[in-house]
Amino acid sequence: MAIDTGAIAELRELMTRMTGDEKHTNAATSTLDVLHVLYEDVLRVDPERPAWEERDRFVLSKGHGPMAYYAVLARRGFFPVDELDRFLEWDGSLGGHPDRHRVPGVEASTGSLGHGLPMAVGVSYALRAKGLDEQRVFVLTGDAELNEGSNWEAILHAGARRLDNLTLIVIDNRSSTVAMGDIAAKLASFGWEATTVDGRDHDELRAALSHRAEAPTAVVAAIS
Amino acid sequence: MTMREQAAATIVDLFRRDERVAVVMADISLDQLRPAMRHDPRRAINVGIMEQAAVGVAAGFALEGYHPVVHTIAPFLAERPLEQVKLDFGYQGLGGLFVSVGASYDYGESGGTHHAPGDVQALGSIPRVEVVVPGTPRETDGLVRATYANGRPTYLRTSVVENARPVELAPGGLTPVRRGSELTVVAVGPLLDRTLAAVDGLDATVLYATTVLPLDAATLAAEAAGAPEVVVVEPFYEGTLAAQVSEALEHRATRLLSVGVPRAFISRYGPAAQHDAALGLDVRGIRERIRRFVA
Repeated sequence: MAIDTGAIAELRELMTRMTGDEKHTNAATSTLDVLHVLYEDVLRVDPERPAWEERDRFVLSKGHGPMAYYAVLARRGFFPVDELDRFLEWDGSLGGHPDRHRVPGVEASTGSLGHGLPMAVGVSYALRAKGLDEQRVFVLTGDAELNEGSNWEAILHAGARRLDNLTLIVIDNRSSTVAMGDIAAKLASFGWEATTVDGRDHDELRAALSHRAEAPTAVVAAIS
Repeated sequence: MTMREQAAATIVDLFRRDERVAVVMADISLDQLRPAMRHDPRRAINVGIMEQAAVGVAAGFALEGYHPVVHTIAPFLAERPLEQVKLDFGYQGLGGLFVSVGASYDYGESGGTHHAPGDVQALGSIPRVEVVVPGTPRETDGLVRATYANGRPTYLRTSVVENARPVELAPGGLTPVRRGSELTVVAVGPLLDRTLAAVDGLDATVLYATTVLPLDAATLAAEAAGAPEVVVVEPFYEGTLAAQVSEALEHRATRLLSVGVPRAFISRYGPAAQHDAALGLDVRGIRERIRRFVA
């Protein structure tokens, strides 16, 4: 299994600077490898220009436990790492769920589950309308977040309309209290090109996330 | 042309003129909005019967700088995806125009599942939301044009109930259409004509309201300065505007009567006019309420 252990250790160290949301530690660490690979190797973004029109878009729909997200953004240079020390503080910008008005690089304010994916579908359409055909839209949900029906509206729609610039990442750490079964198979039945990879294996994640198909893409990142 | 048809025609016209307009439909009024889909299908999207996704998709367009217009039947636009309007638009600081068809019990023969007299109160709980209630097709045209790019989540409520003639609307949202000295009546959107008929013979000022959120507090305070009695005739749940009227007049003593849709589920089937008569929102019902109030 390929892991950039140095970077992950560095990110874990950064995450220790954010205290006060320990109940979501599992939620935060489950996304760490995916977010690192995404921001290091896949997303076309410029920390100096967070609103760069030709960037790829990433929406963290699963707003819970954003510590890994903040650590990745800080390490990538979207904001100073010292801001991590003010996580959840009154005068800080890093809340328990990310706010697009407060945090450079955050595309959408999320936290209530089931909102990010429908918005990402809209962003995908908007990029097409602008003629930004090479740009991609990534959205990350949890497996339990897929309990929310609004996601399945968007999954049905995007599959039927073959939104090929959209990629859904599902962090499957078996947190759903309702058995989700084979998530990739479900998504495939809705017209998505879906695959399941080891959510800690950087090579697998990189290959899956870099792949663009003629249908919307889903990458189920299994966290054991 | 009905308000609904006019709203669609104006949306199509704006869509053609302004490349930043996106239209999101949920299987309703497709015939009227099809010209937009033909003109540029990349930004005229029928999502299907999925209203939460419709509002979310519209927010995605707004995040990218578009002026989205979302259209469907009132309960499925204002109530079912209420949290999407609250968070995706309100909390995120985005703008979009939400145009409904089927005000209150316009779908009177469809039964309570298709009624939404609580739409304005529900949306009014969301900071930054603006609500406009036209009374004629021409006012609908003007209000769509005036609000589609205002940067706020804006709800435009079309109805099958209409006034006979459009009013030249004053900026701010409250337009004096008649002046008197003993009573001030705020008549909302399509209820203007019957309100004017109901106060015939009374020495009343009548203010016509098309923008009901935010309510034009300055005009109300000025026009109502001479009399403590204020009446609101509103086409949605009775008392929806009471808090705003109270706030506008907090500097003085006021007696307020709200005449609107009673807060009870409706189990009868019939056209809107029949419901109006049964619920006291026809000329006779409004007149009786006001006369008892001022007696």
